[in-house]
Amino acid sequence: MPTTRQRSFWTTKRRDVVAGYVFIAPQFAGIIAFVLIPVGLGIWFSLNEWNIFTGNLTFVGGDNYARAIADPQLPAVLGATAIFSGGVVVLNLAVGLGLAVLLNRKIRGGALFRTLFFSPVVISVVAWTLVWGFLLQDNGAINNLLLMFGVDGPNWLQQGPTAMFAVIITQVIRSVGVNMILFLSALQGVPRELYEAARVDGASPAAVFFRITLPLISPTLLLTAIITIVGSLQAFAQVAVLTEGGPDLSTTVLVYYVFQQAFQFNDIGYGSTLALMLLSFVLVLTVVQWQLRRKWVFYED
Amino acid sequence: MKTEPTLRTRSDARGPGRGAGRPIEPDPLVTTRERRIRSRWRSVILIGALIVLVIPFAVPTIWMITSSFKPLNEIFASPPTLFAANPTVDAYAEAFTFQPFAQQYVNSLYIAIAVTVVTMLVSSLAGYAFARIPFPFKNTLFLIVLLGLLVPSEVTIIPLFQIFKTLGLINTHLPLLLVPAFGAPAVLGTFIMRQFFISLPVELEEAARLDGLGRVAIWWRICLPLAKPALSAVAILTFLGSWNMYLEPTVYLTSPELFTLPQALTRFTDAYGGEMWDTQLAAATMTVVPVLIVFLIAQRQFVEGLAHSGLKG
Repeated sequence: MPTTRQRSFWTTKRRDVVAGYVFIAPQFAGIIAFVLIPVGLGIWFSLNEWNIFTGNLTFVGGDNYARAIADPQLPAVLGATAIFSGGVVVLNLAVGLGLAVLLNRKIRGGALFRTLFFSPVVISVVAWTLVWGFLLQDNGAINNLLLMFGVDGPNWLQQGPTAMFAVIITQVIRSVGVNMILFLSALQGVPRELYEAARVDGASPAAVFFRITLPLISPTLLLTAIITIVGSLQAFAQVAVLTEGGPDLSTTVLVYYVFQQAFQFNDIGYGSTLALMLLSFVLVLTVVQWQLRRKWVFYED
Repeated sequence: MKTEPTLRTRSDARGPGRGAGRPIEPDPLVTTRERRIRSRWRSVILIGALIVLVIPFAVPTIWMITSSFKPLNEIFASPPTLFAANPTVDAYAEAFTFQPFAQQYVNSLYIAIAVTVVTMLVSSLAGYAFARIPFPFKNTLFLIVLLGLLVPSEVTIIPLFQIFKTLGLINTHLPLLLVPAFGAPAVLGTFIMRQFFISLPVELEEAARLDGLGRVAIWWRICLPLAKPALSAVAILTFLGSWNMYLEPTVYLTSPELFTLPQALTRFTDAYGGEMWDTQLAAATMTVVPVLIVFLIAQRQFVEGLAHSGLKG
């Protein structure tokens, strides 16, 4: 009978294999269609010139890469990217760790403060950036507030250095909540006995922080640093809403430049080349992070 | 009694010079009061510092909400005000007449809900299989899926735009539905679900398997009900990701009636390109406040869920 033969063929093991493939199929197909094929196409586009009017591709080999090397704007863009990502990571870690240390002490209302510091994380980037854009106008609330103290504030978004500062601050305040939570749980993982031992030995609070707390949470610190840099490399909406890359190129970070080339100037070939540059930055950072994590997972065991 | 003097020496050692020459005598009353006062002062200073620090985190949101009820001239009042002197809801009315804002609201809502539901299914299926079911090339396939975490959507959007353009799907919602639900954004969900299922005791399933339950039944009836914490983390991450998405709608959509909220927020400009400040604030408030309310109700889940986004990788 066919049913008995079928039953003998469909062992539990074989059924599991089929179930396994069926279960991962939607996710796997998605990765092929929406990640791997696009990356492959992106590489192909970067080797071609794109005719905007006919939509034709012409193979040009490394021309787009040569153009990137010669692009007079690219050094400024990479400089802005470095300042932005550097500023964001330094401030984000410092503020995140500072807040975590303050909130790690048992105080009344600690939970409320934690909620408030975390709240910008759930707010739409566009809405958050829009509001900061209003506050930072020349006649906006921040300058009006400064005026009360007799300070004539700058036109924040219209001058290179202050515009970059504004973009960094807006990004840090919106996103630092996540790092604060990660640091808080790292701080709570530091064994109490170490603190007590240090106190008995008469160590100052500063010594306790720099000699005990910091070394013990340094794995979290480093991983968070890399994740924060990777996140900052993708900060498109912040720049698009607050400054549109200006004034001049002062806040044109790489991700915004990619968008401009590909979707405003319709230069798909060059845009793809720049996108691959962005991808290579992210890849290097992520591989470093994975290596470090593997090392520390063993270390923690 | 005998512990008091030692405690005092300890605090002396911390504060240089303080009471260095004082005789150490068992005077518990004074010492405890002194310590209590000192620790009270310390917490007052701490709370004061926290209040100052929290201003840039909380006040912009509060200012956004209160200013959305201000007439235009009050938004840029000097000195700045927090509350409207002559409150008005004109800006709210304007938001709905200037753009199809109600339609845009529905767009954002249905896209975010659909993406969240599908991601929960896709991620929990794949996460379960990668955690539990033995099949050939499992680890290789998992590594390929993890590549999704490596590649930022800002990189793939150029070729994806060309693909969807070829398929005639530009200016439709399909790219905003399909890519997040099956592509890279779902991978973090798959990763979270896999980690969760690995931590579940296998014995729960073994009993069910002996009873002859198939994998689908085990996944749906036994594992998913247990996976509520992980599923809610995935749901929160996915919903917020979709609700707040900006680059993708900006690239794919051109008709205002198809716009999503973040994209619509930036389009409140008058005929001269000037920004309609009060209308933008009203629209931004309507975008943000529902999410904030849900966050305040389900804080713990939000904080735990979003902390996963920091674990990306």
